[in-house]
Amino acid sequence: MAQKKMTLEELRKLREDKKHSVEVRDTGSKTVEITVGMGTSGIASGAKETLKTLVAELEKHQLTHVAVRQSGGLGLEHAEPTMEVRMPDMPTVIYGQVSPEIVRRIVSHHIIGHELVDEHIYDRPAADILDAGDHPIVDGE
Amino acid sequence: MPYANFCLVCRGTACESSKADQLYDEIKLQVAANSLSDQVQVLRTGCFGFCEQGPIVKVLPDEAFYVQVSPDDAEELVHEHLLKGRPVERLIYREPGVHALGNIEQISFYQKQFRIVLRNCGFIDPENIEEYIAREGYVGLERCLSELSPDDVIRELEDSGLRGRGGGGFPTWKKWKFTKDVQADQKYIVVNADEGDPGAYMDRSILEGDPHSIIESMVIAGYTTGADTGYVYVRAEYPLAIKRLQTALAQAEEYGLLGDNILGTDFSFRIEIRLGAGAFVCGEETALLLSIQGERGMPVQRPPYPAVKGLWGKPTVINNVETMAAIPAILTKGGKWFAKVGTETSKGTKVFALTGKVRNSGLIEVPMGIKLRDIVYNIGGGIPGDKKFKAVQSGGPSGGMISYENLDTEIDYETLTALGSMMGSGGLIVMDEDDSMVDVARFYLEFTAEESCGKCVPCRVGGKQILHLLEKIASGNGTMEDIKRIEEIGETMKTTSLCGLGKTAPNPALSALRFFRQEFMDAIPPEVREDAV
Repeated sequence: MAQKKMTLEELRKLREDKKHSVEVRDTGSKTVEITVGMGTSGIASGAKETLKTLVAELEKHQLTHVAVRQSGGLGLEHAEPTMEVRMPDMPTVIYGQVSPEIVRRIVSHHIIGHELVDEHIYDRPAADILDAGDHPIVDGE
Repeated sequence: MPYANFCLVCRGTACESSKADQLYDEIKLQVAANSLSDQVQVLRTGCFGFCEQGPIVKVLPDEAFYVQVSPDDAEELVHEHLLKGRPVERLIYREPGVHALGNIEQISFYQKQFRIVLRNCGFIDPENIEEYIAREGYVGLERCLSELSPDDVIRELEDSGLRGRGGGGFPTWKKWKFTKDVQADQKYIVVNADEGDPGAYMDRSILEGDPHSIIESMVIAGYTTGADTGYVYVRAEYPLAIKRLQTALAQAEEYGLLGDNILGTDFSFRIEIRLGAGAFVCGEETALLLSIQGERGMPVQRPPYPAVKGLWGKPTVINNVETMAAIPAILTKGGKWFAKVGTETSKGTKVFALTGKVRNSGLIEVPMGIKLRDIVYNIGGGIPGDKKFKAVQSGGPSGGMISYENLDTEIDYETLTALGSMMGSGGLIVMDEDDSMVDVARFYLEFTAEESCGKCVPCRVGGKQILHLLEKIASGNGTMEDIKRIEEIGETMKTTSLCGLGKTAPNPALSALRFFRQEFMDAIPPEVREDAV
């Protein structure tokens, strides 16, 4: 496809359109972290759809300050797909049974509106896992 | 469909020479084989700077920093990390002495760095213009064509305090203003990418990793000074840089950012590439211009300066690659923003190629005014093998030695010159206690004696003579008289040579004598050594 020569206006528009796809890589500017559980049971329950919807929603709302990470199962196999959300001024929670519809609600209510999506909260990250970094047994050989 | 994960593979020359090209192909293949193509974007980027540990692969948003990755590792990396979300620990960079697995922001190599010029290197795909545009690319040009007059551009550059990064340190705004103010039917913009100092590769990395920043600033320079044609003079030994620049030029033209009626305005500008054949002296601006004209590259007397009478006798702005790469950022964020970084006389950042006896060699960008100690010990990670630091050679064959006592000097143009060295293009070679200063001086003089164009006597004869004397001393046949003679000849070369090459060629020998005189004395046989000197 031949690219047509741009005008000033078209350059500005192209930049706006492409900005998100590049800025999303810039980890320095992230303040919110969302982890999607991508273990076998998560994937079997639709975690891939959850992830795709999440990434698409973030782009739609131009939320470049959100980092999306993947991990293995979060230990809540009965509630897959699962998603952990960490952000300043909000408690860290794990959401369960996160269908694409729930992803949209988490993005609009939790991330944008600073309001928990109560009926899908299943857990909080266990304290011992959080501190594993300097745990004597994990750390000391 | 946006991507969830990004796999950035360094495709700078250093990593390519350790099979990064095969690695990239293999990762792409594995991503496809695991049905991840719509989820993971695999990108070729420019240099990350941490060349010591290449090939480098960075996985985002996890910030996993993989080093020394071979094509054979691709399968495991994709299957474990990108499919299952488990980072491959054995390939993640571990800092010596630090227990935890580091992500990139915790690595000392990057902590004291501040990236303006290298802002896009290792972050975008240099062969895709839309990535550059998305990172505020061509905002500077856009502003020029819609709101800034040529005088406004010059004012921004003056506010920024930007000085020539090729080594001389001449204020960029003045150069541009000289050319702008001359009346002429034709003017030119030239970018000097004839990077010749041994060990220096900042210009190469910028052209490879962010070629559009150079194109953008050339068009801006054309707009500011009234030139309609530009040349990039790049050495033929940089095939990858040339290829990326060619790709970028074609894309810029296709998108209407170069050529006739740029962005629908009545401003037009074209750029051509000229290849240098590898003569060091062609990095000198007057020789470079002659070489572009197809003549033998030999310096001519200045003034008149190229800004007034340059290429084919027409006013010509000639700037180094690194200088140009800073300009789009200055015009996007403002000259005052740039001037917040740096020292009183030297603003902004400087890219250095850190090599020699340091743990982390590579390409770094640091604020002006940083202490040499921070570069060697924090970014460089110190000297391997618990050896003692001896000196840093800065500025390549035109520069000099900086000894231990001066490690806390805050680096800028003035302080380096005061130490008998110079900023030069930004090579920093670290030496330890095993390195002989007589040998180092001899190495550089051998280089400059060979690269002298032969036009003026001080450089042609002087360089050869100093080299001869250094060889004599190194072989154990020197006398005290020889040391004195090196200094005499050196001073003469400095004051009487025609161009920068000859004027600075004796620096490595003179500064070695200044800081490590005893070493030269020790090389002289005791029977002819006089303690009086």
